Amino acid sequence: MTILTVRNVNKRFGGLKALNEVNLTVEQGTVHAIIGPNGAGKSTLLNCFVGRLEPDTGTVDFDGRSLLRLKPHEINQAGVSRVFQTPEIFSDLTLIENVMIPAFARRDGAFKLHALESVRQERDIHKHAMMMLDDVGLTRQAEVVASQLSRGDKRRLELAMCLVQDPKLLLLDEPTAGMARADTNNTIELLKQIAGRGITMVVIEHDMHVVFSLADRISVLAQGTVIVEDLPENIKGNIKVQEAYLGGAHL
Amino acid sequence: MLANSRRGDRALLLFFVVSVLLMPFVAAPFGASYPDLLQKFAIYGIFAIGFNVLFGLTGYLSFGHAAFLGVGSYAAVWMFKLLSYNVVPALVLSVIVAGLFAVLIGFISLRRTGIYFSILTLAFAQMMFALAYSVLTPLTNGETGQQVYTGDPQYLALATDPDTTHLFGVKMNEVFLKTEFLGFEAQFNYGYYFAAIFLIIAFWIALKIYRSPFGLMLRAVKTNQNRLNYTGINTKPYTLAAFVISGMYAGLAGGLLACMDPLAGAERMQWTASGEVVLMTILGGAGTMLGPVLGASFIKYFEAVFSKINDHVLHDWFSFLPDPIANLLTVIVSPFVGQGWHLTLGALFMVIVIFLPGGLMEGINRVMRLMRKLGGSERAAMAGHPGRVREGEP
Repeated sequence: MTILTVRNVNKRFGGLKALNEVNLTVEQGTVHAIIGPNGAGKSTLLNCFVGRLEPDTGTVDFDGRSLLRLKPHEINQAGVSRVFQTPEIFSDLTLIENVMIPAFARRDGAFKLHALESVRQERDIHKHAMMMLDDVGLTRQAEVVASQLSRGDKRRLELAMCLVQDPKLLLLDEPTAGMARADTNNTIELLKQIAGRGITMVVIEHDMHVVFSLADRISVLAQGTVIVEDLPENIKGNIKVQEAYLGGAHL
Repeated sequence: MLANSRRGDRALLLFFVVSVLLMPFVAAPFGASYPDLLQKFAIYGIFAIGFNVLFGLTGYLSFGHAAFLGVGSYAAVWMFKLLSYNVVPALVLSVIVAGLFAVLIGFISLRRTGIYFSILTLAFAQMMFALAYSVLTPLTNGETGQQVYTGDPQYLALATDPDTTHLFGVKMNEVFLKTEFLGFEAQFNYGYYFAAIFLIIAFWIALKIYRSPFGLMLRAVKTNQNRLNYTGINTKPYTLAAFVISGMYAGLAGGLLACMDPLAGAERMQWTASGEVVLMTILGGAGTMLGPVLGASFIKYFEAVFSKINDHVLHDWFSFLPDPIANLLTVIVSPFVGQGWHLTLGALFMVIVIFLPGGLMEGINRVMRLMRKLGGSERAAMAGHPGRVREGEP
């Protein structure tokens, strides 16, 4: 079953055509990687999925409904969570608070005025959040303020914040950028586990090691257009892909 | 961990209640134990606690909060004019009217963040200030200020009612006990205790809000509003709720001011009054529980003490010195006292912001940590092993 369908999406920034007739379908329960050289339009495309940008033309349908003209919080409530390229976390709050907030959002919806209840009495939310921190290996730092984490740990925290919402679609924008090799391998293992739970993922990634370890299907984006969409083993030897990355220099 | 902080909250609340109830004694050695000043401590404490719910939690700096204070005062005085001098209906209307104004102003101002939000709130407050002096004179009585006149209907007033603000016959301005404490005069007044009850309730509600999921969301707005949106939270109703709650606190404070002295003037809404509550909160420690109350008392105390000092008093102080030196010192110090007490306040504010960015509360915490460190190493030295320094707050 198709969970995300992107049809003929165009996006212009002034004279620059960032996305040009982009088509993409993501099947439920798969990991779909989007690769491409810098400036190919990968992040722009992701921004069109979460309500940060509105495509000029075209449609984005998720789980049977259009995502266009929805606000970011409405898209999240529909079941889409995103990990950003630079971690977007609540730096001044503790890790456990960071994860409890999205858990509240999932349970209570977009707004609930629970001003006279106590966070401490929310044992279920707390327990759930602790489990997620355990999943990403940050239990010991639960009471640490998030700004003190390393970059790799911040990314893991952000992942836990998305996972606690049990999303239908998880968007990952370069989840291993700036990580050491060992950290990268840990993250790959973690993402494999998440994929194993049947969560659909769209991953933008530069590191081909990560892409080929995870992806069930790969779309290659170059100059705002999807030039190839295929299985990983077919992408490896594709000449068009090599051209896009290397500008045909090897030919 | 969880149980600990709950016990911590109870201890904090208990400490607060005891301090507030014993305030006439506590203030006596400072020469501050008289009704007018004690009432100001309590009322501006409420104002600052409310302001802190918005600024301390969400980081939205409102520069027009005095507008709600003023509106609350006018609403209360109108209740005195129309119904009776009983303070209950007056306070109810103050809070409601201030809340309604906060919904309107908050709805528009919260469309912007940061400096633009501050400017919008400032603009609204100044507009209301200007209106109070011009077209709304029938309601506000312009420069004279609104007050109760003998011709006013007071439909619900009983013949037995006192001719001043009262709570079912108990006069707000009555001093019911005058005593001495350590040789200083301490005055116990009904008005102060009436305001003090509201201060305690205001503090308790603020504490609840801080510890609630709602408070957690507000703190999340302060640190990363963007992420909160992508987390499925619509931040607008949260910020608006915080704005309205904080506006209602201000309205309550304004109403209480009128209860103590049934007179409402537009100067209560001026931008200097809005700036004052910002000063109070930052001076005491924004985002802390006790800070705003401390800051409010601090500023009101200095206002009362420094503004009363004049050249004669100064000269008396320096009279032990040879006359020319005493005169010189008087000339140097006099711009900082009396009418110029704002200069002293400004200098103090600068010193605190530069050396204690967390306000007076940070200073207190530092002192407490230092004392614990000293106490800890003493005990450790006696036991014969190096002291362990505990990190973090109590």
